[in-house]
Amino acid sequence: MQEIKKRKAFTEGSRLIAEALVRAGADTFIGYPITPANLLYLYGSKRFPTMLAAPDEITTLQWMCGFAIAGHIPVTATSFPGYALMVESINMAAIMELPMVIVLVQRLGPSTGTATRGAQGDLSVVHGTLSGGYTIPTFSISNMNDCWELAEKAVHTAVKLRTPVVLLTSKEMIMTLQSYDWSNLPEIEKVTVKKHQGNAPYLPYKAGEDLVPEFLPVSQNQHQIRITASTHDTKGILQNALPEAIENSKRLEGKVRKHLPDYTYFELDEQPDADRIVVSYGISSLATREAVTSLRDKGNKVSMLIVKTLLPISSKYVEIISKYKRAVIVEENLNGQLRQLLFGAAGRNGLTGVNAIARMINPTEIEEEVLRNE
Amino acid sequence: MSNKQFLTGAQLPYCKGCGHAVVAANTEKALQKLGIDPLDVVLVTDIGCHGIIDKNFLTHTVHGLHGRSSALAAGIAVGLNNPDKKVVVFAGDGGATIGMQHLISGAHLGIDLTIIVHNNMLYGMTGGQPSEFTPCGFKTPTLPEGSIKEGYDICELMASAGASYVERVVGIGDYSDSIVNALKAKGCSLVEVMEICTSYGVKSNPGMKLTKVVEDAGWKTKVFVSGKDHSFKKPVNSDTKNLISEKLEIEAKFTNNLTKPVSVMLSGSAGEGVQSAAEILAKAGMNAGLNVTKKGSYPVTVGVGFSASEIILSPKQIYYTGSSSPDVLVITSTEGLAFAKATIANMKQGAMLFIDSSLEAPETKATVIPVPFREKVGARNSALYSIFYLIHKNGYIPMDALKDVYNASKMAKRVAIETFLEF
Ligand SMILES: Cc1ncc(C[n+]2csc(CCOP(=O)(O)OP(=O)(O)O)c2C)c(N)n1
Ligand code: SF4
Repeated sequence: MQEIKKRKAFTEGSRLIAEALVRAGADTFIGYPITPANLLYLYGSKRFPTMLAAPDEITTLQWMCGFAIAGHIPVTATSFPGYALMVESINMAAIMELPMVIVLVQRLGPSTGTATRGAQGDLSVVHGTLSGGYTIPTFSISNMNDCWELAEKAVHTAVKLRTPVVLLTSKEMIMTLQSYDWSNLPEIEKVTVKKHQGNAPYLPYKAGEDLVPEFLPVSQNQHQIRITASTHDTKGILQNALPEAIENSKRLEGKVRKHLPDYTYFELDEQPDADRIVVSYGISSLATREAVTSLRDKGNKVSMLIVKTLLPISSKYVEIISKYKRAVIVEENLNGQLRQLLFGAAGRNGLTGVNAIARMINPTEIEEEVLRNE
Repeated sequence: MSNKQFLTGAQLPYCKGCGHAVVAANTEKALQKLGIDPLDVVLVTDIGCHGIIDKNFLTHTVHGLHGRSSALAAGIAVGLNNPDKKVVVFAGDGGATIGMQHLISGAHLGIDLTIIVHNNMLYGMTGGQPSEFTPCGFKTPTLPEGSIKEGYDICELMASAGASYVERVVGIGDYSDSIVNALKAKGCSLVEVMEICTSYGVKSNPGMKLTKVVEDAGWKTKVFVSGKDHSFKKPVNSDTKNLISEKLEIEAKFTNNLTKPVSVMLSGSAGEGVQSAAEILAKAGMNAGLNVTKKGSYPVTVGVGFSASEIILSPKQIYYTGSSSPDVLVITSTEGLAFAKATIANMKQGAMLFIDSSLEAPETKATVIPVPFREKVGARNSALYSIFYLIHKNGYIPMDALKDVYNASKMAKRVAIETFLEF
């Protein structure tokens, strides 16, 4: 049973996240403390070239927007109460098309809830953050490797699509110490920003085929920059309902969807002839992996899908799950938020969930649900 | 004074006679006097009538949210980190009300900003409701009986918060020199321009003179602060240390013969070494070639009450870091016992409960083993002693693996290891 381990460390996932964010090109951490995100604040202050302590979470997001306008790539880490305060400003970042990463460390709600208890209850909040049905690309960390790899993807996606990105995680990944073999961590690529070149006129919100406008910071004085949180035309000037401005707003969702295939990450472990599949993401993936291993050890056929790119929801997930007679979606919230996003309130025959709040779902209850005949 | 244009020349978007137009003209003149290039200026505007001016300016323009302009501008200013650039904020008294924190914090931190508050003593854009700046007796369409409270004195507030330059002016005629002084100041500067909204303020207070309103309110038109040098230094360290440090690596020097995972829970009191003991046990597990996890539970006030920790030691890869019912539970104090009540009730046959001899074990299926942890080594070391006891008794890993980790820890200097080796 003994594996050959080369370099095993005793660490939390937050350390990997902070390091990966910086290596990917994020340079500024703006922090406001909140349990269970505080270790990221600490590592942010140790590792980012610039770390600033903001006086509140609205300021946090506003500073981040300002830094992005000046050409930086900012990061923060928070939990639901802080995220709630940020919402209007995240909308602003989205319509201004500013790159940034918000690490959302979930804890037990509603409201201030229980600070020291993990949870997985904020997918719906993130899904509904932007008014009008627009989407914030959202990645969900399912294990230690994801701390490293998805942190990199978060920075790359934020910069390439010029958008805020949410990296969704939970207390367990941020605070639990574990033995982790980091000898094979993949190299992280530093992101490059696509900037407008030369003297040709610059329209801040004119995009080409890729639907992402070229960026220029306000630090240069060749081209005038106009940035606005109001519905605007390609020049960045407020226009209430002119078709050009409406098209510009629609482009925000267009760009996020157009590039989705390039940033759809998931782990699919299919067993031939299995007629059931377990689907999970985030913290519940831990128990799901354990349950699937155990089910297979006992001779059961079962497939597993771990969703890592949560938003926008990829139609791939529905395609995969639809092949199975029986599907169990595991998530630590009341009513199955991913389940509802995938299949709506109506659900589907053979689709059930394992849900819990205020405690981690354990592998045994997943095994029981998978074996239960619907 | 340069003749560079800062305004496009197109008509300004305000009602006839609105003081906001005078602010725009004075700002242009001040920037000309400063001799700066329009694209070395970033104008950040708030939401409100005053804020829709951005399209008329030839500087960089950023139009954000209601009340947040000073925070957004602070991010831009610190992000730019360049004294040759000027970041100017246009805000209303409404924006200064909802976003007061951002103005105060700009002054407090000394962010390089010039904030121009367009104080027309009401919310213009939304139809003339009162703000926190509306002075006593001043009427608005939604407050026809007049305000019964005093308005904020933003100049006094900013001065005491640490602003470098603060001045209040009546917004009539040429006050560009005041704006020049503010722009020249290092750090956070503010000019409050007093105005009357022609559409709502004048109508609700017929015949009222602006200078009289200001005087009656007790608002002084003067320079409150000047020549103060309080400006923010952006921290930049491009040489921070890699977090993937070899120091965190633990090489297994020992072996083990554990065949299946073991979950251990330590439950005791804050200040009695529970978290350190758990960490040492986990590291010792790694030292013996096992996979491990360690997590803590404690109240948010970490210095009092219970302190508990769960450790998993496993010969296999650990996916799930939780455990519904531990194989071994160690209770070292009354608070630890209270915290673990539900866990004890859930423990299965074959599990072991080590409990301090001074405590009474509740009903459980686990095998109860009383140990005088506290009596032997004292409360402060009881948790540490318990892990030595556990390994001595159950032998999950070689005792030498544990000794090795303990001796390398900070604790070893405080308490000699021999203390923990008497069973
Ligand atoms: C968060 C939020 N709340 C409320 C509003 C509605 N609103 C728009 S402008 C405004 C007040 C503007 O007053 P002021 O800042 O004094 O500027 P003025 O219009 O007088 O120039 C309000 C309350 C908003 N835009 N955002
Ligand atoms: S409503 Fe009042 S504040 Fe707004 S533009 Fe007209 S006069 Fe100016």
